Amino acid sequence: MSALGALMTRDIRIATRVGGGALIGVLFFLTVVVLMPFAVGPDLKLLARLGPALLWLGALLASLLTLDRLFMADHDDGSLDLIAMARTPLELACAAKALAHWLSAGLPLIVATPVLGLLLNLDMAATSAVALTLLAGTPALTFTGMIGAALAVALRRGGLLLAVLVLPLSIPVLIFGVAASEAAITGPGSFGAPFAILCALSLTSFVVGPFAAAASLRHGLD
Amino acid sequence: MTLIDLANPTKFLALTARLMPWLVAATALLFAIGLFQCAAAPDDYQQGATVKIMFIHVPNAWLSMFVWAVMSAAALGTLVWRHPLADVAAKAAAPIGASFTFLALVTGSLWGRPMWGTYWQWDARLTSVLILFLMYLGLMALWRAVEDPSRAARAAAVLTLVGAINLPIIKFSVDWWNTLHQPASVFRVGGPTLDRAFLIPLLVMAVAFTLLFVTLHLAAMRNEILRRRVRSLQMLQAGQKAA
Repeated sequence: MSALGALMTRDIRIATRVGGGALIGVLFFLTVVVLMPFAVGPDLKLLARLGPALLWLGALLASLLTLDRLFMADHDDGSLDLIAMARTPLELACAAKALAHWLSAGLPLIVATPVLGLLLNLDMAATSAVALTLLAGTPALTFTGMIGAALAVALRRGGLLLAVLVLPLSIPVLIFGVAASEAAITGPGSFGAPFAILCALSLTSFVVGPFAAAASLRHGLD
Repeated sequence: MTLIDLANPTKFLALTARLMPWLVAATALLFAIGLFQCAAAPDDYQQGATVKIMFIHVPNAWLSMFVWAVMSAAALGTLVWRHPLADVAAKAAAPIGASFTFLALVTGSLWGRPMWGTYWQWDARLTSVLILFLMYLGLMALWRAVEDPSRAARAAAVLTLVGAINLPIIKFSVDWWNTLHQPASVFRVGGPTLDRAFLIPLLVMAVAFTLLFVTLHLAAMRNEILRRRVRSLQMLQAGQKAA
């Protein structure tokens, strides 16, 4: 098995077995979405109107919360130094770790979306639209969040700083994700344009994220 | 003296010590000329005297983006060429750029109230400049989060280069989206559309604000170099006490 495949398998195994697993992210997603009707009021029509936005905000915050486990545990026990010194380029190793993180933490959020859509009075078509945009957008959140996680890896109290660094970079993903969902549900606007931009953001982050994260790790580890 | 001599902090301090009085004088002179020209400029036929906020708002907005570009160049200096003063330049520029962005947002907001009827609108230009302001603050937080300045420099350099993507987004936001903020009037294909009576004071104020940035930046760089020397001395002293 190639080195990258082994790295991904290791990360997925750790994510699913250790520390509540990545399902803790889904639990946080559920909690946030359940909190919203308490704040906004139980009016079903209002919740249906706000539904895509609330789901996107919940997914954004849930993926932000699970980001620090991307590098922190490996940094603490020294594996990150070994990964950085290995023959595989650090950029590819970061990409593999981010992909494993998305598979273990991002995909469960998308699987949980239909259930949460029920809580927010969204119908099947609306929930599918939101799930599709989340599928296209959560990789962007993971790969750009990886940059912040790499910058904050050496800091002991880096959690809040990580959020402050990552959120401005995630705002375009949020904007286009909600725009695409709204267009699919109510829309006079087109679904294709914001969805294409969302896919473009994800694809760009696949390239920029690993390079920036590797540069930060190299400079942060020495 | 060649450019590489400036990499020596002591020579840099000596050179800037000689330059500072001239820079301060030039800045004050250009502000005096600029403000006099602004006062003498005619009222707009639609906006009246309120149009003169433009002479403060627009240079601040231009400089908020210019400072991030300067920091990006400094970031390249840190990462690529390992220039010794590049990270000093980047750290010193961040609070100044954040202040210019804040002033651009506030003066724009005050201008928007009488003109648009609202202090704020979530259109593309205002939102992207607000994101720029948040990124400035995040960058300043990152500088202060890492204890060792040279390690903080490399992390901040990566973040600065990643954030540079926001600059073309801000510039072209009024073209790509349907915005409340007006489209470009000066830096556009086909030349400026502003009348001479407004364009000249605007450009004079822009040069004045740029000189203000250069003066403040060099002063801040001097302070940062001295601050690092104090830190080294304190660490040396603590080491000697322990030994």
